[in-house]
Amino acid sequence: MTSFVRPAHDDADLPNPSRRELLKRGGLVVAFMWLGGATRVLGLDNSTRIGENHPLFAPNAFVRVGNDGSVQLVMPNVEMGQGVYTAQAMLLAEELDVGLDQITVEHAPPNRKLYLNPLLGDQATGGSTTVRYCWTALRDAGAAARYMLVNAAAQRWKVDPSQCTVARGVVTHAPTGRTLPYGELADAAAKVTPPEKAPLKDPKDFQLIGKPMRRVDSSGKVDGSLIFGLDVRVPGMKIATVRACPTFGGRLASVDDSHARSIPGVLRVLKIDNAVAVVGEHYWAAKQGLDALVIQWDRGANAHLSTEQFFADMAHASEHGKPIVAKEVGHPDGAKGKTISSTYELPLLAHATMEPINALVHVRPDACDVWVGSQVVARCADIAAKVTGLPPESITIHNQYLGGGFGRRLFEESVGQAVAFGKQVDYPIKVVWTREEDIAQDCYRPAYYDRISATLDDNGKPVAWTHRTTGASVLASFAPPAMGKNGLDPDLVECAADLPYAIPNLRSEWVRHDFPEGMRVGWWRGVGPTHNVMVVESFVDELAHAAGKDPVAYRREILGEDPRVRGVLDLATEKAGWGKETLPPRHGRGIALAAPFGSYLCVIVDVEVSPQGVVSLKRAVAAVDCGIVVNPNTVEAQIQGGLVFGWSAALYSGITLKQGAVEQRNFNDYRVMRLNETPPIEVHIVPSKEKPGGIGEPGTVMAMAALTNAIFAATGVRLRKLPIDTSLLVKDKGALNEVLSATAPVDGAPANARNLS
Amino acid sequence: MIVLTINGQDRQIDAPDEMPLLWVLRDIVGLTGTKFGCGIAQCGACTVHLDGQPVRSCVLPVASAVGKKITTIEGIGATDIGKRVQQAWLGIEVVQCGYCQSGQIMSATALLAEKPSPTDADIDTAMSGNLCRCGTYVRIRAAIKQAATGQATLPQTIA
Amino acid sequence: MKIGRALGRVVGIVVLAAIIFGGYAFMTASHTGDERTAQTQGTGTPPDLAVKEVLARGEYLARAADCAACHTVPGGADFAGGVAFKLPFGTLYSPNITADKATGIGDWSDEDFVRAMHAGVDKEGHLLYPAFPYTSYTALSRDDILAIKAYLFSLPVVQSPARANDLSFPYNQRWALSLWNVMFLKKERFQPEHGKSEAWNRGAYLATALGHCSECHTPRNAAFAMKDGEALAGEELQGWRAYNITSDKTHGIGGWSDQELADYLSKGHVAGRGTASGPMGEVVEHSLQYLTPSDISALVTYLRDVKPQPIGAPVSSGQPGNTVAASGTEAGLGEELFVGACASCHLDNGQGRQTDYAALMGTRAVSDPHATNLTQIILHGSQLNVGHQPVSMPSFGQAYSDAEIAALSNYIVKHFGGQQGALSAADVAARR
Ligand code: FES
Ligand code: FES
Repeated sequence: MTSFVRPAHDDADLPNPSRRELLKRGGLVVAFMWLGGATRVLGLDNSTRIGENHPLFAPNAFVRVGNDGSVQLVMPNVEMGQGVYTAQAMLLAEELDVGLDQITVEHAPPNRKLYLNPLLGDQATGGSTTVRYCWTALRDAGAAARYMLVNAAAQRWKVDPSQCTVARGVVTHAPTGRTLPYGELADAAAKVTPPEKAPLKDPKDFQLIGKPMRRVDSSGKVDGSLIFGLDVRVPGMKIATVRACPTFGGRLASVDDSHARSIPGVLRVLKIDNAVAVVGEHYWAAKQGLDALVIQWDRGANAHLSTEQFFADMAHASEHGKPIVAKEVGHPDGAKGKTISSTYELPLLAHATMEPINALVHVRPDACDVWVGSQVVARCADIAAKVTGLPPESITIHNQYLGGGFGRRLFEESVGQAVAFGKQVDYPIKVVWTREEDIAQDCYRPAYYDRISATLDDNGKPVAWTHRTTGASVLASFAPPAMGKNGLDPDLVECAADLPYAIPNLRSEWVRHDFPEGMRVGWWRGVGPTHNVMVVESFVDELAHAAGKDPVAYRREILGEDPRVRGVLDLATEKAGWGKETLPPRHGRGIALAAPFGSYLCVIVDVEVSPQGVVSLKRAVAAVDCGIVVNPNTVEAQIQGGLVFGWSAALYSGITLKQGAVEQRNFNDYRVMRLNETPPIEVHIVPSKEKPGGIGEPGTVMAMAALTNAIFAATGVRLRKLPIDTSLLVKDKGALNEVLSATAPVDGAPANARNLS
Repeated sequence: MIVLTINGQDRQIDAPDEMPLLWVLRDIVGLTGTKFGCGIAQCGACTVHLDGQPVRSCVLPVASAVGKKITTIEGIGATDIGKRVQQAWLGIEVVQCGYCQSGQIMSATALLAEKPSPTDADIDTAMSGNLCRCGTYVRIRAAIKQAATGQATLPQTIA
Repeated sequence: MKIGRALGRVVGIVVLAAIIFGGYAFMTASHTGDERTAQTQGTGTPPDLAVKEVLARGEYLARAADCAACHTVPGGADFAGGVAFKLPFGTLYSPNITADKATGIGDWSDEDFVRAMHAGVDKEGHLLYPAFPYTSYTALSRDDILAIKAYLFSLPVVQSPARANDLSFPYNQRWALSLWNVMFLKKERFQPEHGKSEAWNRGAYLATALGHCSECHTPRNAAFAMKDGEALAGEELQGWRAYNITSDKTHGIGGWSDQELADYLSKGHVAGRGTASGPMGEVVEHSLQYLTPSDISALVTYLRDVKPQPIGAPVSSGQPGNTVAASGTEAGLGEELFVGACASCHLDNGQGRQTDYAALMGTRAVSDPHATNLTQIILHGSQLNVGHQPVSMPSFGQAYSDAEIAALSNYIVKHFGGQQGALSAADVAARR
């Protein structure tokens, strides 16, 4: 069994991950490798034959061929929009020689033995890892199944299997022209001895991989038939909605439910330690009941927490805390030259997946069923077992399609909550969070406070660079053993410790500053890289400005050796026409360049900023080198979507705290980008034969810095704090006093209203 | 008991007058294609048609839908324009997680019913009330144009 | 509240008049006027409630007087006080008026309570700030006041110590108010006007004494006293515009039908006229919706007859703009925002399909070129709970910039009110 994931001991004795490894895999992946042992994709052990007595041919955990010719592929990773069902299906189907239109896909049940993601050390989907770990493994699985089917045909015809070819699930004996479809071979194939290792196709023979394939999950998503977690209905089910203590770590003191109980359709009011749920015949009854409760909270230790305090604490920790050094080369301190120093502040972020958090649970004395869309099915089973006290084998998780994940559904605490409520009733309940609850009780992307400084030589090149990040670690609570030996969270310094630039003296370090007790940190579409690239690429822009140089020319001057970095820089600047034209006043073009999650990206954004400070995006160009591309269609979609997700956060989103509670409630105040605010986005892919890199998160990683750099180019205002405070971008006082026209601007009129792209 | 006409079928429903249509559809009728995203008319996930007009069912008391033709995502494919929009959505590969897409398709269909050849500004006006957290907006715009013109405007990577 | 400015002026007046009026004012501060005035026609509860016992009458009157608006914190215990009134020079907090002996008014005698309502003086003889509308309540009949007291004393007591007011010198000098009272407080009980109908007189009592409409709707003079000659001609307070509600056809409510007026008062909404929001929303929610139909119609009768005052912005006279976005033209920022965040509820044509309360077309709030109330609603949202039917609009202040809200307001005013919006980003900043 080969995998590009190398045995753990290769890295374990290194004090710091080597730069190459980091660039290749991303810090998170390296972190999990330090866990040790996770060197095989277990489900891909072809001897794991499940369902021996099954009417289907099931040579391994992923492939099922029925007597009727149906081909079912079991997806080890969950689909949340990122297109992995299609990519994984392509890998399997490629080697199995079936068309994507001939297969159906289904979720894998929780089974760490069969469906472990070795890069995450768990049955989990996240960290842009899916294609990276499945690349060899799923092709092996498909090839093994094909081998057995072909051998079954050869045995029946009594010919040499090497004379047989397969196309679209039909085996042909070339010399005689005889054919047998897979369906007729299923029984016989089950009796064939599985191969040690079936040969894989030569990439030049790929039929599917590298072609822009249509998604396998689209049709049910355009006619409303596809079932998300929130859509599951089971007989006898009731609906509940929840309110948990608004302050983190607070408790439920008392509930007066007299009004709620008198509402028609309200069935029960359930309590747990820190939350209350109203169960109703339908959501509306439950919601009305919830609104009618008079709840007293014991607001707990964080009752006075505020965002200001939060950042003041981080600033203090940044000065006085003990940093963990992620990387140090040369002598970054005391270099001679002009020193530039900056401080960056990035906010807490919520996920706001379009599908609010939910879980349908049915707890019985001897069993528990949970229907949920989760990125961590096995952990859902664990928590259900823990809360019910039932043995793991009595728990059944029915995983569903996810209406967005973005890291939110890597956390299963809401499933624990639903089960705790479900225990109190003897019928199934679907626990549906309101959007307000979804935003107020999220696992937030940590806030960060960064101090960064560089010393420039006479040519403006950085001779020394120091970067100190302060903030909470997600990894420390998500997978404590994955933390580095010196307490380093490798995710936190990805794209900060290893830069695409050659800087002789450099130190990258982190001061750990945990969230207050009771507040949950969360993964969020690229935690470390998203944060670091914003800081690093903004700061590189600051240096270019200090050196009096064009941002692209400057980057070229200080670039490191890696040709793939130069590749994306060249492609993006050429497509965007960098430096080819002069932009009108208050228009600007910004760039970001980085290598997150094993991929290489350069993104260029054009903006216009109105005199009153309203920002509008005009155009974006992305160049991507993510190694071998499985499905270019998905790559383009993920980069486009990832950029929008990142711009949303930079422009509008930010969670703030007041009296220990989140101030934002819904999309009215946790604003996200809309269609009319989205510019055209071009995605250009660099052809590559390297191993696949991630694409789910990199778009988001690049979005923020490219945008704020463009705003700097348009206005001369350097934004070091997100979300963007548009009052900083106001042209002058007079602009604020201008009456903002109610009608469309006419040609030649002052641009006091934003134009659409 | 009230009677609702949903996708051409009459249904007897027992629900309080002020119950939003969204929950009647999802929790009583069992049509779950219409989604819940915000509950306050900010996201458009719950968009359905009332006599052809796009409305946010999460804030529409069911009583105001009585006597009107309700069309949901499950029924939109039965209309000419709805079918074309769905085809374009598949052709352009718009969907990602797909959760918002019922609402997007309902809004797009209503737009094309009113304006067969929408301009970019028309598309903005009709579609900016529909949020997509996955950020599929670029392709939504392209798919609407494809549905309008009948000309394939494939994503640039699908050659 | 404008009290801030007013108190500033009060202090100015104090300096001038202290010597002349000081002694006199001080001596008369606690006088309540003639307490022997009998319960006159027009006072009390409507006939259908008159037979009820005192508690039921007290509850009705307490609602009509809208005690809860100032003495109940949203979500808090009834009448436990603590509602903050933010003034430029500090903050006033309303006191606990439950019958708790230690922290409420449990040990107040009938006389104490009547004196507070009639003279603006508490049990200890401290002068009360005129945020408490004793200038209107002074007209209440003694019987009505005692019915209210009986009702308050029948409710659960709540222990809730008064929050100390947080006023800076010299505004914390309560004695200064005695001078103001001498000048502007007429300690007179309500007297029905002869020659007017019973309904008119009842309406007058509801509007002037119990409902204290004037406190918000009547313009104030330099000393923050109501301008007698301009009753109900409109005023701005707490950032909201209390509209001209005189019978003027162009500037007031003269153009409204009786039914429209009655609907607005009892339901908080009339299509094409307006939806009660902000402070008026609270009045409808806590007070007006509970009035009997006879009282509502009495109020209408009275308001119909209020002397017309052509003051303030005219009620929509402009032509609402073409509400369908012109194809092919580039949309402005305001329109972009409207279609994104607003049209879902209010609809492109402003008809508000989702709930009647969301109808914008032609309402007063969108016909005001200064968009005073409109901006408040966009910034802070709006809630109204009528007949246990909550309607609400979320706030957009946090997520949208001043420039965006200005553009949005101007767009709305133009398209649904037919006025040329005149807001700049700086105006919005000032209203935050
Ligand atoms: S759920 Fe109705 S608009 Fe969001
Ligand atoms: S496709 Fe996921 S929210 Fe739109």
